[in-house]
Amino acid sequence: MPDRSLWPLSLSACTTVTALGAGIAPLRAALHARQGGLRPSDFPGGPEDIWVGRVPGLEAVELPPELAGFACRNNRLAELALRSDGFAEAVAAARERHGAARIAVVLGTSTAGIEETEQAYRGRSADGALPASFDYARTHDLQSLPLFVRARLGLRGPAFAVSTACTSGARAMLDGAALIAAGLADAVVAGGVDSLCRLTLHGFGSLELLSRNRPTRPCAADRDGISIGEAAGLVLLQRPKDAPAGAPLLLGGGASSDGHHMSSPHPEGLGAVTAMRAALEAAGLGPEAVDYVNLHGTGTRANDAMEDRAVHHLFGDRTPCSSTKGWTGHALGASGAVEAVIAALCIEDGLVPGCLGVEALDPEFRSAVATANAARPVRRVASNSFGFGGSNCCLVIGQAA
Amino acid sequence: MTCWIGGVAVQGSGLPGWAASQPVLAGAAPWTPTEVVPPPPALLPPTERRRTSPAVRMALAAAAEATAGIADRAALETVFASGNGDGAVVGGILEALHDPSGIAISPTQFHNSVHNAAAGYWHIAVGSIAPSVSLGGHDGSFAAGLLAAVTAVAARGRPVLLCAYDLPLPAPLAAVRPTGAPFATALVLRSAPEAGVLAALDLRYRAEPAPTAPPGDALDALAIENPAARALPLLRALAARQLARLHLPLTPDSHLLVKVAPC
Repeated sequence: MPDRSLWPLSLSACTTVTALGAGIAPLRAALHARQGGLRPSDFPGGPEDIWVGRVPGLEAVELPPELAGFACRNNRLAELALRSDGFAEAVAAARERHGAARIAVVLGTSTAGIEETEQAYRGRSADGALPASFDYARTHDLQSLPLFVRARLGLRGPAFAVSTACTSGARAMLDGAALIAAGLADAVVAGGVDSLCRLTLHGFGSLELLSRNRPTRPCAADRDGISIGEAAGLVLLQRPKDAPAGAPLLLGGGASSDGHHMSSPHPEGLGAVTAMRAALEAAGLGPEAVDYVNLHGTGTRANDAMEDRAVHHLFGDRTPCSSTKGWTGHALGASGAVEAVIAALCIEDGLVPGCLGVEALDPEFRSAVATANAARPVRRVASNSFGFGGSNCCLVIGQAA
Repeated sequence: MTCWIGGVAVQGSGLPGWAASQPVLAGAAPWTPTEVVPPPPALLPPTERRRTSPAVRMALAAAAEATAGIADRAALETVFASGNGDGAVVGGILEALHDPSGIAISPTQFHNSVHNAAAGYWHIAVGSIAPSVSLGGHDGSFAAGLLAAVTAVAARGRPVLLCAYDLPLPAPLAAVRPTGAPFATALVLRSAPEAGVLAALDLRYRAEPAPTAPPGDALDALAIENPAARALPLLRALAARQLARLHLPLTPDSHLLVKVAPC
């Protein structure tokens, strides 16, 4: 049974903070100019021969004094997002209309404030104890992110954290949508926030999945891995009748599991195809109604090859597709939310952003991978996210058929 | 929102599976704490089984028990909820990151550190491509999982397997986040009162703190020490086949009002 009762929802407000800067504007300019935000890593204690997508000036961001206990890199990133693109103001307007208890917060993150825990480990006393100033619940715990955002926005609705590795930010929108459909909320602040930390940098390094000495090159013949980024992507989900006219629509979403392997995707992309099909079915659309596929496109050998097969299986060789991780890096649990915002931007601007940094496309690929920007009407975008544990999610964003 | 409970499981100190624990949970037999030894997951192939941690084993034991009578359990959507996730694995990586002799992280440990590791192993174990979400919510993790699972049943009309699990953290995290003995529970939630359902469950959200009461007995005390064990009031109502009106804290200033009616 398709999830028609859930959809569509409006993205009444959108914002993102990426390596390009705070807000949608610097990302938009960079996408058009084909200038990426990745730089050689200067992240303290991280691997030295990699490039990362680090948000400029993040360390200097201060939380409101009454919420200072939530201070950690991840919540600074969330704070920066709340200040951007009028997002906090849009939520305040929804709060006035529906009441604080009717607005939920469902946010994805893979590591929450664990960068704060890493600092606490460096500050351990001689007997190994963590510093007394370390606030586990308000930084390290996954709930830190939704509780900070909820308090910062003066909301009182249901709140929880989604943590499904690299699908977290997209998957949070599905769980947020279900809260609206089930009548528990009239609006949901959804999306994801993930910040640079040594755990993920060295962790992906241990799996030999990081691009070395150069920025990531998704879909390239010579691609050699991921560049990790940090980012926030936030949306305000509402029923279209409650949203500003012309707000982009989340037409449907779908998810699946691989049930195959913890860190390698199903080679034929079975789970990816299932998630994309479920999203299209939820949206009541066929593949031909999609004008652009924003790939998960991490730049690893296995992901991009699997995704090419899955996208070709559903969309053939006509629907343009690309990864935008050459601009932002792979922002892990935020990536699906950031790319939902990029999807809305591409629709607004009539833009298909070709993959960055690709000298030669993987000759095995059969889907229509774009490697240069194209100006063309984009009515609907399918946005993919896949993650460890075999988690898959696809969102369809755009205009109703 | 109303749904029906079609399967239940418990794994914890003095609570070795639903059937064996029912008299204790119903108050007909005394509770005696025991050491919790999570069994190796028989559903997984040996190569994967060896890689599973105690946290994953606890979760899979509960999920397997709650779905044991279901012919097509691979078709179930899943919600996994945990406050601490796999704290032993995360703690091990944090130690490795601060090893003065150099950083050497096990790739297997890293992919096991994701919060959805237990869900990933479950879907591998039963060969399931159904959707899955993994949630965190500190002490409100079970409530968050219940909220998401009941919401999914209400919104999509399909049955959902909810699994909640939590284990103590290693030092030095244990000192800042004390957690009671390992505990896991699982429920199969259905949209209709099909044959064999145990109880109807009605859930509402309340934007105010849950009323507090001092622990009435040892099981109440067990419940507040472990996020997954906060399911105990619900499990006790199911075991006793009693009407119950429960207040489950979701966040420090909100809770779920849950009404349970045996079928």
